[in-house]
Amino acid sequence: MHVHEEKTGLYGLMAEFDQAQPLVDAAVAVMGAGYSKVEAYSPFPIEELNDIIHRKRTILPKLVLGAGLTGMASGFALQYGTSVLAYPLNVGGRPLATWTAWVVPSYELTILFAALTAAVGMIALNGLPQPYHPVFNVERFDRASSDKFFLVVEAADPRFQKDETTRLLEGLGAKGVYDVAE
Amino acid sequence: MTTETYQAPDSVSGLQTKGIGTAVLGLLLTGAGFAMAGLDRFYEAYLVAYVFWVGVSLGSLALLMVHHLSGGAWGVVIRRPLEAATRTLPLMAVLFLPIVAGMGHLYHWTHADAVAADPIMQAKEAYLNAPFFLARQVFYFACWIVMATLLNRWSAEQDRTGDPALAVKMARLSGGGLLVFGLTVTFAAVDWTMSVNPHWFSTIWGMLYMVGQGLSALAFVIAVLVMLSTVPPLDRVVNASHLHDLGKLLFAFLMLWAYLSFSQFIIIYSANLAEEIPHYLVRSAGGWQWVGWSLVLLHFALPYGLLLARDTKRNFNRLRVIAMWVVVIRLLDYYWHVAPEFHTTGLSVTLVDVALPIALGGIFVAVFAAQLKGRPLLPLQDPGLAKALTHHTH
Repeated sequence: MHVHEEKTGLYGLMAEFDQAQPLVDAAVAVMGAGYSKVEAYSPFPIEELNDIIHRKRTILPKLVLGAGLTGMASGFALQYGTSVLAYPLNVGGRPLATWTAWVVPSYELTILFAALTAAVGMIALNGLPQPYHPVFNVERFDRASSDKFFLVVEAADPRFQKDETTRLLEGLGAKGVYDVAE
Repeated sequence: MTTETYQAPDSVSGLQTKGIGTAVLGLLLTGAGFAMAGLDRFYEAYLVAYVFWVGVSLGSLALLMVHHLSGGAWGVVIRRPLEAATRTLPLMAVLFLPIVAGMGHLYHWTHADAVAADPIMQAKEAYLNAPFFLARQVFYFACWIVMATLLNRWSAEQDRTGDPALAVKMARLSGGGLLVFGLTVTFAAVDWTMSVNPHWFSTIWGMLYMVGQGLSALAFVIAVLVMLSTVPPLDRVVNASHLHDLGKLLFAFLMLWAYLSFSQFIIIYSANLAEEIPHYLVRSAGGWQWVGWSLVLLHFALPYGLLLARDTKRNFNRLRVIAMWVVVIRLLDYYWHVAPEFHTTGLSVTLVDVALPIALGGIFVAVFAAQLKGRPLLPLQDPGLAKALTHHTH
């Protein structure tokens, strides 16, 4: 509806829950209502939450595969360049392009590229490092690391309408619904 | 949950019947192949077929002991298939007898005149002689059968009494047992297949067998577990997370097998020494090179590429097909170890090479299924059972 919504200074709405199960139920209901920009916060990991609110699969595996293949190709290219093009030495009568012996360094480079991409890519795709996040503008949010459970619906969500979304969250048994300033 | 007994479904009896049928078919084919090719070819094929199937029993024993030490949901769901596979070891000891009968055909070092004419075989005679060889085989099978029997007995007792001390006992035996396993399998690998060429040696051979056996056993029990998971009682128990863990383990074993096989190759290839290189010279000509390439592509690249994807490991049918493929393709690896030594001039395959693995496989599967259905399909009192039933990973 609000295609050109003006900046309201509102990041989203935060609902507070006392326990894990109401948070999971609320997440299911909010996703069921068609929202997509939703995030949950809890003092301990709740495994099923991830499947509920993060429906889009990460592209990280594809990046890692691509990086691994690049590493392998670089390994072979590096050894071809040095052993065949730059320094063609006769070692024990073997052919210059002894690719079987190149497998080991190429394998190492495959792992190096793939592992670095996995580690750095995971951090980058998580949006880290992130020195500022609006959720901390809510004072109650401190409790997310001790004993409270929070569900945040972003204002950027196409379905987001402040009054309607507030009513939805309150109807799901939230102990409080707070505006999150941007 | 406490009253559930996890009795084996009818499909296990069906597996037993299929095993018997396969054994009969395999034996008929073996008879025909034997008539065509003679005794030498029979014993060569028998050695390959035997090493192939005993690998499933021994790999199961090793995985069972690893599970007793490490715990984990992956091991709880396959513990009974592993135990059933280890209970085939007495059968495997009996099936070793044809190799004893065929020693003269298989092992050059059993001929006194050949040893007298060969200084290398003379130097190895203290180890490579028939009486010591036979004594070692008795010792290996005694070790394996004693360990398998104790682990199975205590496991049955655990089902009945739930005594927590039994889990500790099994873990203790497994700690020392894995050491014994590593040593006995290393020597057995040297005896069974490396000594076919008494001049050649490779220090990685024993590891190659341990890993190959673990790979065979894991692939075999994954195929069995997926079969069991389609019907009650295990259909409510086995989930994608269990398969995911087992798929990851299969992937790791596959990589380790490739790593060790390639290590042996690259070391011998790089050193290019007269006493080692003949192994690969024979295998790089006369058609044998295609067997080698098939191993690289079909035993490594194909299952590796498929198992790389997370979805494959969590998909019951796909993982079952890959696991069955790995079980079958293991045969090619053992064939590659043994057959070129007897046919140095070029690739040579006869009917018995295919018939005997089918025959022994039928016998193995029939006995395995008979053992599997005799006990509950899950260890009822395993301390990790409750956790394994609600296992969940990403």
